[in-house]
Amino acid sequence: MKLFEMNHVQKSFHNNTLHVLKDINISVNEGEVVAIIGPSGSGKSTLLRCATLLETMDGGDLIYMDQYAARNDENGNSVYGDKAQLKKVRSCFGLVFQNFNLFPHYSVLKNLTDAQTLVLGRSKEDATKRAMELLEKMGLASKAGAYPCELSGGQQQRVAIARALAMDPQILFFDEPTSALDPELTGEILKVIRQLAEENMTMVIVTHEMSFARDVADRVIFMDGGVIVEQGDPKEVINNPKEERTRQFLSRFSNN
Amino acid sequence: MTLMTMIMKMSEGFTRTCAIFFLTLIFSLPLGMIVALLRMSKNNIVSNVTRFIISVLRGTPLMLQLLAVTYGPLYLFGWSVSRNKLIPVVIAFAINYAAYFAEIYRGGIESMPVGQYEAAEVLGYTKSQTFIHIILPQVVKRIMPSITNEVVTLVKDTSLAFTVSYMEMFTIGKQIANSETSFTPFLVAGIFYFVFNAIVDFVMGKIEKRMDYYK
Ligand SMILES: Nc1ncnc2c1ncn2[C@@H]1O[C@H](COP(=O)(O)OP(=O)(O)OP(=O)(O)O)[C@@H](O)[C@H]1O
Ligand SMILES: [Mg+2]
Repeated sequence: MKLFEMNHVQKSFHNNTLHVLKDINISVNEGEVVAIIGPSGSGKSTLLRCATLLETMDGGDLIYMDQYAARNDENGNSVYGDKAQLKKVRSCFGLVFQNFNLFPHYSVLKNLTDAQTLVLGRSKEDATKRAMELLEKMGLASKAGAYPCELSGGQQQRVAIARALAMDPQILFFDEPTSALDPELTGEILKVIRQLAEENMTMVIVTHEMSFARDVADRVIFMDGGVIVEQGDPKEVINNPKEERTRQFLSRFSNN
Repeated sequence: MTLMTMIMKMSEGFTRTCAIFFLTLIFSLPLGMIVALLRMSKNNIVSNVTRFIISVLRGTPLMLQLLAVTYGPLYLFGWSVSRNKLIPVVIAFAINYAAYFAEIYRGGIESMPVGQYEAAEVLGYTKSQTFIHIILPQVVKRIMPSITNEVVTLVKDTSLAFTVSYMEMFTIGKQIANSETSFTPFLVAGIFYFVFNAIVDFVMGKIEKRMDYYK
């Protein structure tokens, strides 16, 4: 089943002088893990930000489980749904940021329960139960009462992943989840994502970890200059890229 | 007049000093937030008008504003001067301090990293939930030292009420000083303010400490 779909996405900045996304088409099926790779400035983050409604697209469709968040009109402009529609759509996805963006004034537990009670209307008991389940899974149950500033970067990112999962999203987006971490801490995050993949969580991951993308993803998308240059089976794309641009990009990771 | 009667008379005025102090805080702290939100309004007219008003309030002496609020209605509309001068005094103080608090709030709100808004938005918080639950508590912690500064200044500023002859401590002290041709009331007043501010410092310090549970 198709969970997420973007068609003909156009996005520019600076009064249309900087064309960042040029007719992007992506769809993701339930249970699929998609890795997005590409050089800096190619538009990967912008793509995720459009998908998660943090940026508005200039043109294109944005669809979650057959519900339109935005629809292309006859002039090729994105027309977004109303507040209620966007709220419904928002409950379909979660996003894990590069720099975590935990709420520093909340304990780890409250970071996980606050949105559950405020947004989903769950009871405090249910929210706490769900939060503790997830913390257990992340190996952080003992940190429930701690504050984010007392945790390592890797622990903070695991809390951020748990916070996103607590909302029970259908699809989870990651924007370079290990880039802000010391190299020795990236492993614990990749392990968590790997585990989620084994549980058939649908995920779209922007990453520079080529070997990770190759091992975990079902599909790799290579972006450059605002277009999808190549996509397909990770081993094919990463080991035997068809396109010259992909080859050039990957040669920088040759030691991987 | 003995020192004791002097102190007694002045402590009577001190109740009024406290009235100015607390009423000003009660009104200006929330009013400042409203002014800050208007100042940050996306509507250019609203934000520019608010900015102008703030700059007038911060750019003219509080003493002048006290006179304007107290006697302005008399000169403009022929209304009699309010019998209880506490009302115009508190109005002038509250408006003036709201302008200062507004700028402190605005600075605090604008210093918040955009990631906090984005994380809340993706989780589905509404704009007002984000502001109340995520932004405001962090802003309060950030601006507490600046608020303390203003509160300490307010303690001393209450003495400006003498310009409209409101019978707070300093006004009484000044009258005694004139009639007794003595400097002692000023010394007494100085000690009052100093002790008051020591208490304020202590309380604000406690509040700041209570917010020290994170970063
Ligand atoms: N809010 C914005 N305003 C203006 N320009 C922007 C904005 N966001 C992104 N850009 C520009 O869009 C282009 C694509 O940026 P984007 O962050 O999507 O790239 P990226 O592929 O994620 O790169 P990186 O690997 O460095 O994270 C860049 O040239 C960037 O400067
Ligand atoms: Mg990026």
